Order: sequence, then C-alpha cells, then structure tokens
Amino acid sequence: MSTESIAWPSTAAGSRSFVETLHEWVTTVDHKRLGILYIIYALVFLVIGGIEATVIRIQLIRPHNDFVSPQVFNRLFTMHGTTMIFFVVMPVLFGFANYLIPLMIGARDMAFPRLNAFSFWMTAFGGLFLYFSVVGANGLYGAGNAPDVGWFAYAPLTSQTFSLGHSTDFWTLALLVSGFGSIGTAINIVATVLCMRCPGMTLAKMPLFAWLNLVMAGLVILAVSPLTAAQIMLLVDRYLGGHFFDTQAGGSAVIWMHFFWIFGHPEVYVLVLPAFAFASEIIPVFSRKPIFGYPVMVGATVAIGFISMSVWAHHMFTVGMGAAANTFFVISTMAIAVPTGIKIFNWLATMWGGKIEFKTPMLFCIAFLFQFLIAGLTGVMLGAAPFDWQLGNSYFVVAHFHYVIVGGIMFTLFGAFYYWFPKMSGKMYSETLGKLHFWLFVIGFHLTFDFMHIPGILGMPRRIYTYEPGRGWDTWNLIVTIGVFFQAAGILVFLGNLIWSYFRGELADNDPWDAWTLEWSAHSPPPAYNFALIPTVKSRRPLWDLKHPDDPDWKYE
Amino acid sequence: MQLRGSNQWHFLGSQILVCVCCTAAAFADPASPFSPTNIFAPASTPAKSIFGLSLFVLAVTGAIFLVVFTLLLYSVVKFRKRKNDDGREPPQVYGSNQVELAWTVIPVLIVVALFMATARVIASVQKTARPDNAIEVVAIGHQFWWEYRYPGLGVVTANELHVPVSDDNQSSPTFIKLFSADTDHSFWIPRLAGKTDLIPNHPNSMWIDPHEAGIYLGQCAQYCGTQHAKMLLRVYVQPRADFDRWIQEQRQPATVSAASQGQRIFETTACINCHTVAGTVANGRFGPDLTHLMSRDTIAAGAAKNTPENLRQWILNPDTIKPGSLMPAMQLSGQDLEALTTYLETLR
Repeated sequence: MSTESIAWPSTAAGSRSFVETLHEWVTTVDHKRLGILYIIYALVFLVIGGIEATVIRIQLIRPHNDFVSPQVFNRLFTMHGTTMIFFVVMPVLFGFANYLIPLMIGARDMAFPRLNAFSFWMTAFGGLFLYFSVVGANGLYGAGNAPDVGWFAYAPLTSQTFSLGHSTDFWTLALLVSGFGSIGTAINIVATVLCMRCPGMTLAKMPLFAWLNLVMAGLVILAVSPLTAAQIMLLVDRYLGGHFFDTQAGGSAVIWMHFFWIFGHPEVYVLVLPAFAFASEIIPVFSRKPIFGYPVMVGATVAIGFISMSVWAHHMFTVGMGAAANTFFVISTMAIAVPTGIKIFNWLATMWGGKIEFKTPMLFCIAFLFQFLIAGLTGVMLGAAPFDWQLGNSYFVVAHFHYVIVGGIMFTLFGAFYYWFPKMSGKMYSETLGKLHFWLFVIGFHLTFDFMHIPGILGMPRRIYTYEPGRGWDTWNLIVTIGVFFQAAGILVFLGNLIWSYFRGELADNDPWDAWTLEWSAHSPPPAYNFALIPTVKSRRPLWDLKHPDDPDWKYE
Repeated sequence: MQLRGSNQWHFLGSQILVCVCCTAAAFADPASPFSPTNIFAPASTPAKSIFGLSLFVLAVTGAIFLVVFTLLLYSVVKFRKRKNDDGREPPQVYGSNQVELAWTVIPVLIVVALFMATARVIASVQKTARPDNAIEVVAIGHQFWWEYRYPGLGVVTANELHVPVSDDNQSSPTFIKLFSADTDHSFWIPRLAGKTDLIPNHPNSMWIDPHEAGIYLGQCAQYCGTQHAKMLLRVYVQPRADFDRWIQEQRQPATVSAASQGQRIFETTACINCHTVAGTVANGRFGPDLTHLMSRDTIAAGAAKNTPENLRQWILNPDTIKPGSLMPAMQLSGQDLEALTTYLETLR
C-alpha cells in the first residue's frame, strides 16, 4: 500500500515578475497547467458564445423584431454553434481530461507533454482565427464579417457562388487547425491511458473516468479526421476548381452532409462521454457507494463508442435517402439508447441504498440524470424517422440537443468544476454561491429549453431571424428568452464564485470529499510531476482500501 | 438491490399513456387556436400516419420517463443523508448481474417494438406509388422563393401552391417533385406532410392528399441563406371544381389590351431579365413568373400581402420588406413606379 504521496513544497512563486510567470505558462508542458489553460480558454469563449445566444434570443423575443438584421443573426447562430462545440465544450473537456487522467492513473504527466502543449496552442489558435474573421474576412461589402453558413455549413451554400469573400474560409481553417489540436490530444490521451498507468492498475481497475475518456479519444481520432478531410475538400472546391460539393458542376451536396455527420454524430458522444465520466466519479462519492456494475458501465461505454459510428445519417432523414437507408439508421439510432439507458440505471443503482449528500457537484449530477433522461427520450422520438420528418430542423431539435449539451454536458461540467476546484486551486469554493448558481441555472434552463420544444411542435423551423405572428409561437418564444437571463445570472454567479474562491476561499484539504481515486492522495494543488513516489494500487478505489484496511475493495472485486 | 413489483409500474405506465394522449389530443384539435402549423393537427394521409406513430412513441417514451423519474425521485428522497446520520458508510454494493440483465433486455424489447412501428410508417409513406389520377407538381426552391410547375397542365406559378381536395368521393393526391435551383431548401407544410429537402443535383419527391379545403401554411425548413426566414409556403387546397377553374385561368397568357406606359417600362428595364409575363417579351426565369401576379394573395414569398401599396414598396426598396432578398431596388421615378404598378395590377 503505497498510495501515499509526499507533498512537495510548492515552488516559491511570489517573487516572480508577471513576465516570468507569463513565460512559464506559455511555455509549459505540464499537464495540469495545460489543463487549466484549456479550461480558462473555454470559459472565455463560453462568455462570448453565451452573449451570442442572448442576442439571438432577444431578437426572437417577439415576431417581426428588428433587434439585429438577418445578416447579423445568421452570423450569430453560426458563431454560437461553432464556438460552443469547438471552442467551449471540447477544450473544457480536454482540459479536465488533461488535468485529471495522469493524476487518476498515478502518472507524472501525459505520455507526450510537448504534443500536449502543441495541441492546446493549435486549438487556441483555431478559436482566435475564427474570431479574427470579424475584422479580417472581407465580405460582400468590403468590410470584415463572420461566417454565416451555419455550424454544419451545408453545401452548396459554402461555395464561392453563394459565399463571397473569405468568411467561410476563416470558418474552414479555424476548424481545420483546431481539429489538428483535437487529434493530437486524443492520441495523447489514448497513449497515456494505455501506457502510463501505475503498478497494479489493470484496465479493469482503472477509474471509469479514464475508461470513458479513452473511448472519447478513440472517437475523436475517428470522427475529426473526416471533418478535416471535408474541410480540405471544401478549400479545394473554393480555390482550386474542385467539384466535390459544387452542384452546378455535377458535385454532390449530400456528400458534404455525410462527411459532416460522420464527424458530427460521434462528436455528440465525444462531448457526452466525458460528461458521463464526471457523473461516474461524482455520484459514487456523494452517495458513499462504489459505482454499480463497473464492468457493465465499461461495456456500455465501448458499445456506445462503436454504435455511435453508425448513426450519423439520422441527421439526414429528410434528405431523401430512401426507405431502406432510413430504416437502417432508425434501428442503429434506437439501439444506442440501450447502452445509454444502462448507464442511467447504473447511476441510479449507485445512489440506491447510499447516503446522498447534496453538495453542489451532486446537485448538478442529479439534475443531469433527470435532464439527460428527457434528452434521451426526445432523441428516441427524433430517431423514429417519420416523426423526424416533422420535428427535424424545427425548434424541437434545437431544444433536444440543448437538453443534451446544456442539460447533460454543461450540468455535469459545472459539477466537475465544483468537485475538482479544491484540487486544482487548493481552495474551497463557496457552497452558498454554488447552490445559488445551481438553482438559477436550473430555473433558467427549464424555462428556456422545456418551452422551446413547443414552437417546434407547432411548426417553427430553426435558424430563422424572425417569424410571422399568428402561428402560436409568440408566448413560447417570450418564455424561452426570459429563461436566458436566469441562465446568464447563474453563469455570472459561477464565474464570481470561481474568482472569489480562488483569492479568498478557505484552504482545501487534499481530500475534502473523502473520495477514493488517486488524485485525492496528491497535494491540493498537486506539485509538478504529481507523485513523489509512484503509487501502487490493488483495486478500483485505492483510497478506500487505505481508509478501510479491515474491509478493502480488492477482496470483492 | 431489488426493484419494486412491476404491477405498480404497469398502472403508472397506463396513467402516463392516458396523460400523454390527452395532451396530444388537446394539441391535435384541428380547430384549436394553437397554430396553423401544428404537426399534431394533420389533414393529409402522410401527416396522419406520422401523427399516429408520434402518439405511440410519445406513449412509450412517456411511460419510460415516468418509471425512471419516479425511481430517481424516490432514491434522492429516500437515500438522502439524514441529519442524525451515524457517520458510517452504507453497505458497499458492487453490482448485480441479474439486475443488469433485466435492464438490458427490457430496453432491447422496447426498442424492437418502436423500430417495427417506425419501419411500417416509413414504408407506408415512402413507398406509396403514384396513382394515375394524381396531380403532378414540380416544386423548385430558389433563394428565397418557390417556383411551381404543373407539367401535365401547362401552368407555371410561384409561392402559392394550388392543389385539389382529395377525399373519399374523389381521391386525387398531389405528387410533388422537388428540385433546387441554388442551395438546399426544405418543403414543410406541417399539417399535410413531413418535410423533404430540395437539394441541387439530388431530385426528391413527396406526396400529399389534403382531406379538407383551406389554406395550409409552412415555410422553408433548411437554412438557405440570408432570407431563409421569409421563404414562406402557402398551399391552397380547393374543391376540385375550383381547382380546375384556377388551372384554366392560369393557363391563359397575360391579357393586356393595349401596350401601356407601365408595360413599356417593365419591358425596357431589368425586370424582364428575371421575370416572365407569358404572351409578352418578358421571359426571365430567375424570379417568379408574374403572368397572373394579381391572382396571388401575397408577394415576396408570403412576406407581404399583395396590395398596391406593398407592391410599390417592394419595387422601390425590397429591403424594407425582406432585407437580403435578391430582388434589386429598381430606382424608378415616382411617375414610372406608379405606371409600372398599374401595369402589374392588370396581370390577373
């Protein structure tokens, strides 16, 4: 039993100048610092993407509103979608994976520290490049403008005929560049999990967090590559006279859809598997029980990984693929509900018979379970192709995927922020502010996204900058917009809590939650290279074994 | 770990089924004020098949929701840490193969049932062959308006689709071929059928058989550029006699008695580059056919009522009605604008 680590004295940081500190952060290859860079970078973009969402909702608060022009509105939803997926959720999840995986598997760093730094800076450059389009992409009027082709940028709207100037190129190159960063990080995670585990930690004794991120990284490698290929093909079309997607010269608009969604749907699981990973760590600790059905959870994760590669065309039920293809994608789509359902049941069973503590991280995870259940069920509705012929591309879909991304992923992410904040900063967050954030966000989330389903059922398509009165959409849109302000208030409380606690919070113990995975054996915050002595483990909960020598886990696993 | 007896869940399941169906039925009342574009108020066979499937899927998912939600609520309340907690860890349970098997097999069975029901509706809607008495329409999506052609009937019109009622007395479904002249669009009249995309180089088709006369609304459902929002759809479902009369009228060339000042302006400016007026030199194809402009209720793909005032405004400065539309501001003098509008008003 040598899971204890020696707390290294923190390096004397007080005497450094700002430039020295900056230089240290910019040139760092430490997985913890890169993790924090990813997270802070994502938080900045979260605020930007959130402001875009707020402007979109103000424009839609009533019919025939003219808060922004159609041109600006189209740029806003393009930038909102692209920003939130590629420059908020992906980086923040990579940040947590980077920070936590080595600590959880008892390693001193990622497998390739320099690749890690390279990947972060590529991703960061991608985001800055996308936003540089606002001043740099000369469009139709000779002024700068942002891309306006939508986040899935269907051909042939992206061709030079319909997209003049360079805004689409900024979009293309931003995703291309950040895609290299994503693939780099994915390779790094796979290598780290497979090669860097501490003695005794077999694959079957690895925390679920590491398993879920391993599958996620595999999916990134498989899914981001076709997107990268498609972006290059689009550039060839636009500048080298290619005709991949040029319908006027015999190209195919449908091929772009296939390329995009063979990326786009696994991408959903790239985002949601790390969310599952957070839930799989937080729920057991605050229920005081080990995760129920660990092997089944691993199996379900791997099953989700495989099945998610075969469902992409459920985004294309209205494209006219024919009855046979539609039927195939119905069954594959519905099949993925089974392993996902198994996961929900296992989390429930983990709570069953436990002693649940309603600390902020757990509150977010309970809300996640509830919301993800609904998101899954509306997903099944959309998976029934004929139902999708009605609901597809309506506000019902917008409500559905925000239920997944906000109600599922963002909620567990907030849980993760609060859960690991003491480890990362060495300070405790304010529980009062945390709970305030939770309730504001729950109210805002449900006002916005519950009621957003209804205009979809009543025939309101997405991506319209305004709508006609008399369609029964007005009231729902008003409620949806009101919810946004609660969410915004929640985010402000959240950011305030992080900043306040970082400077003024109480000092945190190494193990404030009485948890069981290796990161809690390290100092808070962990020193460079994490562990003075590489730990050896005998079970999935090494710290439980340490705390209960009379009743260790390895006797039962 | 033990699950509660399933009888209770059967009972609750049937309860939620009733609730869901009642809610859907409330939305489904065709005369309800909810919305003219309500997917739960179907008025044509494809929309009705989808509605039937929707009710089944809603009932099943509603039942699942109720069961899991109750379990979640129960565990959160029942297993919360109490004030007088003894500080000891609860029994450490690692899993149970029987339970795992149960909650794998049951969802698989549910998925199979859902899949079978779905596959049936896919086949019934997508594999319906075109009967001989069907009306054939070609719909072409343009940025940001709709062109309709009736190949067998020699009619070309725009933005307002006319089709006959198809009821038990006289079945006459309408089969629509879908093309795009530029970017992707999607044809969606929620009360008549699900949406089908119009994709350049990828012909699609769909069909409707509206059972009741009336105006059915919808709009483009695939982002197609700046004015995607005001690419509105209007379908006029008419009794057969009225439909036939409309066809007769539309087949006529424009009836212009004497060459007017307005017609001269129309034919000597850029108007004719884009617009057709049958029977005159105007044969542009880029914009809507104007031969029977005044037979339409709206202009600018449904964005404005077809009034002389709006028509003038539309010619003078289209951006005030539909910013970003491809109709250019014509820069006419007040006098010419008046003459041109007067000419257009004769195109009945």
